[in-house]
Amino acid sequence: MSEHRKGPSDGAEPPDQASGSNKEQWTDLQQEAKAKLETGRAGDDPDPNADGESADLRSPITWLPTVVETLVAVALALVIGAVLIALSERKVIEAMPYIFSYPQDFFRESWDAISSSYAALVKGAIGSGSAIGTTVERSAPLICAGLGVSLAFRAGLFNIGAQGQLIIGAMLAGYVGFSWDLPAGIHLLAAFTAALLGGAAWGAISGVLKAQTGAHEVITTIMLNFLAGSVLLYALSKEAFQREGSDNRLSPPANESARFADVVGNTHWGVILAFLAAIVVWWLLERSTLGFEIRAVGANPDAARTAGMSVPKIYTLAMLIAGLLAGLAATMSVLGRGDSLSPTMAGTIGFDAITVALLGRATPLGTVLAGLLFGALAVGGVAMQASAASTPKELTQVLQALIVLFVAAPAFVRGITRMRAQGSDSALMAKGW
Amino acid sequence: MAIATAISDEGAVDLRDRADVSRQIKLVVVFGLVVALLVWFALTIENSTVLYTLGERISKETPAKEVNGQALAWGAVAVAVVALLLAAVNKVPRGGLGILVFVLVGLAFFTGFLVWNYADQDLGRPLAMVNPLPGTMRLATPLVFGALAGCLCERAGVINIAIEGQLLMGAFFASVASSAFYSAEMGLLGGIAAGVAMAWMLGIFALRYQVNQVVLGVVLIAFASGLTAFMLSQIPDDYKQYFNEPLVLERIAVPVLSDIPILGGPLFNQTLLVYLMYVAVFLVTFLLFETKWGLRVRAVGEHPMAADTVGIKVNRVRWQAVLFGGVFAGLGGAYFTVGSTGSFDNDASAGNGFIALAAVIMGRWHPIGATFAALFFGFTWTLQAQLQVLDKIPGELLRASPYLATIIAVAGFVGRVRPPAADGVPYVKS
Repeated sequence: MSEHRKGPSDGAEPPDQASGSNKEQWTDLQQEAKAKLETGRAGDDPDPNADGESADLRSPITWLPTVVETLVAVALALVIGAVLIALSERKVIEAMPYIFSYPQDFFRESWDAISSSYAALVKGAIGSGSAIGTTVERSAPLICAGLGVSLAFRAGLFNIGAQGQLIIGAMLAGYVGFSWDLPAGIHLLAAFTAALLGGAAWGAISGVLKAQTGAHEVITTIMLNFLAGSVLLYALSKEAFQREGSDNRLSPPANESARFADVVGNTHWGVILAFLAAIVVWWLLERSTLGFEIRAVGANPDAARTAGMSVPKIYTLAMLIAGLLAGLAATMSVLGRGDSLSPTMAGTIGFDAITVALLGRATPLGTVLAGLLFGALAVGGVAMQASAASTPKELTQVLQALIVLFVAAPAFVRGITRMRAQGSDSALMAKGW
Repeated sequence: MAIATAISDEGAVDLRDRADVSRQIKLVVVFGLVVALLVWFALTIENSTVLYTLGERISKETPAKEVNGQALAWGAVAVAVVALLLAAVNKVPRGGLGILVFVLVGLAFFTGFLVWNYADQDLGRPLAMVNPLPGTMRLATPLVFGALAGCLCERAGVINIAIEGQLLMGAFFASVASSAFYSAEMGLLGGIAAGVAMAWMLGIFALRYQVNQVVLGVVLIAFASGLTAFMLSQIPDDYKQYFNEPLVLERIAVPVLSDIPILGGPLFNQTLLVYLMYVAVFLVTFLLFETKWGLRVRAVGEHPMAADTVGIKVNRVRWQAVLFGGVFAGLGGAYFTVGSTGSFDNDASAGNGFIALAAVIMGRWHPIGATFAALFFGFTWTLQAQLQVLDKIPGELLRASPYLATIIAVAGFVGRVRPPAADGVPYVKS
C-alpha cells in the first residue's frame, strides 16, 4: 500500500500511467475509495445528527438545523421584518416623538401596520385557491433553476450562470414558439426542446472551459450571464424577433400551439414538470451512477480521480444538466405564462435560484420547499404592497435574505434564543472556491 | 530510490518541454491572428485620413488633429509581424521583457483596430479617436475598490462574494450622508461606514457563527439589494433633498502632474475618490506583502493552524482584514452616487461587484493583478461605449465584447488559478 500512496503524491507520474503490476492494486484503491464514498449514501433524508464525515458526501452544504431551529429562524426574520414595517409606517413615525407620554399610540399604530401587512402577505400567497395557484406557478421557475444550481453545487461547482442559461433557453423557446408554424403538440415539443438545448449548451460552455482549461466557473458563468443579456438584446433588435410593425425590443408571445395547457385556473402543465424534474434530479443524484460520480467529485475531486472517475467529464455533464434545468425554468414563463421576450424578462430568477438552492441545502426536496417559500413570499409581497399599510414589496426580499441567513446560522439562532445545541454541530463546509 | 528520482526528473523535463511547446503554439496562433486581422484592417481602410485628439472629446484645448490612418495601421502590422516571428522561433522572452512584447502587440492591435473603426466614417460631424484613459480610470474605480476588498478578505481566508452587496450599501449611504450633511466628502465617510457595516455582518456570520461563506455572500447581496430598495421607497418625496440628492465630488487637478500630455489629465485631474484609489492599491499591496500584519493575514489564509501554533490570533487577524476590506468596498460603492451621477437608484452597482469578484480571481488574489484586471474591464467598457456611435461593428456585439474578452483571457491565458488554501474554511481551535 505504502508505495501507492507515494504514486499520486510525487506528482510526476499520473495515476493512469502506473505500470502493469500496479494496476491490480490500483483497483484495490478504487474499491477502497468507492467504499468510503458509499458510506455517504446511507439514507435519503438528511439526518440532523449525522456526523460530519458521512454527511459531507450527501450534500456539500452540511449545516443541518433542526426543524425547531428553522422555525425560529423564520420567526426571527419576521420580527426584523416587523420592525422595518413599523418604521416604514408614517403614523408610527409620527407617534414616536411622544412615545414616552403616550406609548399606547406608538404600539397600537405599530401593531396595526405589522398585522395588516403580514395578514395581506399570507392571504395574498396562500389565502385562496387562486392565490395558491399563482404561488405554485411563480415557484416553478425558481424550483427548476434552483435544481440546476443545486446539482452543480453537488459537483463542487458554483453555478452563478442560471440567469444566462435561462435567457438563452427563453430566447430559443420564444423564437420557435412564435415564428415556426407546427401542429399543436409537436410545436410545444419543439419549443420545449429548444429551451432545454439552449440552456444546456450555454451551461456546458462553462463546464467545458472548466474541464479543459481550468477557467474558474464563477468567472465564466458571470461573464456568460452578461453575454446572454447582450445576445438577447441583439436578437431583439432584429426584425425576426420583434412584433410586426413595431420597433420595440419586445417579441410576440409564443403561439397558442406552443403553450402548456392549463391544469386549473392559471396553473399550467409546466408546473407539474417542475415537480417531476425535482424527482428526476433526486433519482439522478441519489440512485444513478452519474449522480454518485457527481457527488464524489463534489466531495473530493482528487479521491474521485483516484477511484477512476473522469473529473472533466463530470464537470462538463454537471454544468450541462444545470443549464438544461435552467432552460426548463425558461419554458415556465415563455411557454407557460406566455411571456414575450424583452430585455428584462428574466428578472432575477437566475439569482434567486442560487438563494433557493442554498436554502434547500442543495437537495431536490429542499429546493422544492425553498422554491415554494420564495414563490409565496414574492406573490404575497405584491398583495402586501396593495394592502392598507402599503408596505413595499422589496421587504419580502429582505425577509428572504434574512430567512436564508438565519437558517444557515444555527449557532446564531441558538445564541439568540439560548437553545441548547442538539447533536454535533457540523456547521462547516470545508470547501472554499 | 535513485531510479525513482531519475524517472521523476525525466518526467519533469518532459513536462516542461510540453508546456514550452504549447506556449509556443499558443503564441504563434494568437500573434498570427493579430497579424491577419491587422493586415485586413490596413487593407480595408480607404480614406487614409483619420482624426484624433488627445483629450476625452474634441474641444478647444484638445482640438482634433489629422493623422495618416493607413500608415499607422501598417506600422501596427509591422510590430505584430516582428512579434509573430519571435514567437515562431520560440524566442519570445519570459518575465518583464515578455510582458513588454505583449503590451506592444496589444497596443499595435488597439491602434490598428481603432484606426480601422474611425476610418471612412461619414456621420455628418467630425469623429475623432479619443483618449480612452479617462473613461478607463473612471469606470475602473469601483471595480478596483471592490477587488481590493475581495483580495483582503480572501487572503485572510474569508470568501467575499458579497462585494456587490457592499457596493450597493456603500452607494446608498454615501448618497444619504452627502445629502444630509451637504458635503460630498461626508458622503465618502457614509459609504465607508456602510461598507464596514456590511463587512461586520460578513465577519460576524462567517467568523463567529461559521456560516458557509458562499451562502453568506449570496445572502448578503440579496439582503443589501432588498434593504436599499426598501429604504429608497421609504424616502418621502418632500424629504428627498435630505436623503437622496447628494453633492457630487469635484475634480481636483494635481498641479504639474496633470499637465503631462496624454497621461496627465486622465490620471491626475480626477476626483478625490480616484486619488484614494491610487493610495489604496499601494497601501493594500504594501500592507499585505511588506509588513508583519500582511504576513499574518496571508498565514491565516493559507494555513491557520500553523499560524495559531506560532501564536497568531487567527480570528482576530481575519476580523481586521474583513473590516479593513469593508472600508474599500464602501468607497467603491460611494463611486456610484457621490463619485459620479449623484442620487441613488435601485441596483445602482449594476453587477459591478460581480465583475470585481471576477477581477479578484483573474488577478490571482493579488491586489496589483486584480487592479489590472479591473482596469482591463474599465478599458473595454470605455472602448465599447466610444465605438457604439460608429457603424463598423454592431453595437450589441460591442456590448458583449468585454465579457467575451474575459472568457477568452481566462480560458486561454489565466487558466487554473490557486486560491488561498484556507479560503472559506472557518478556523476552530481544537
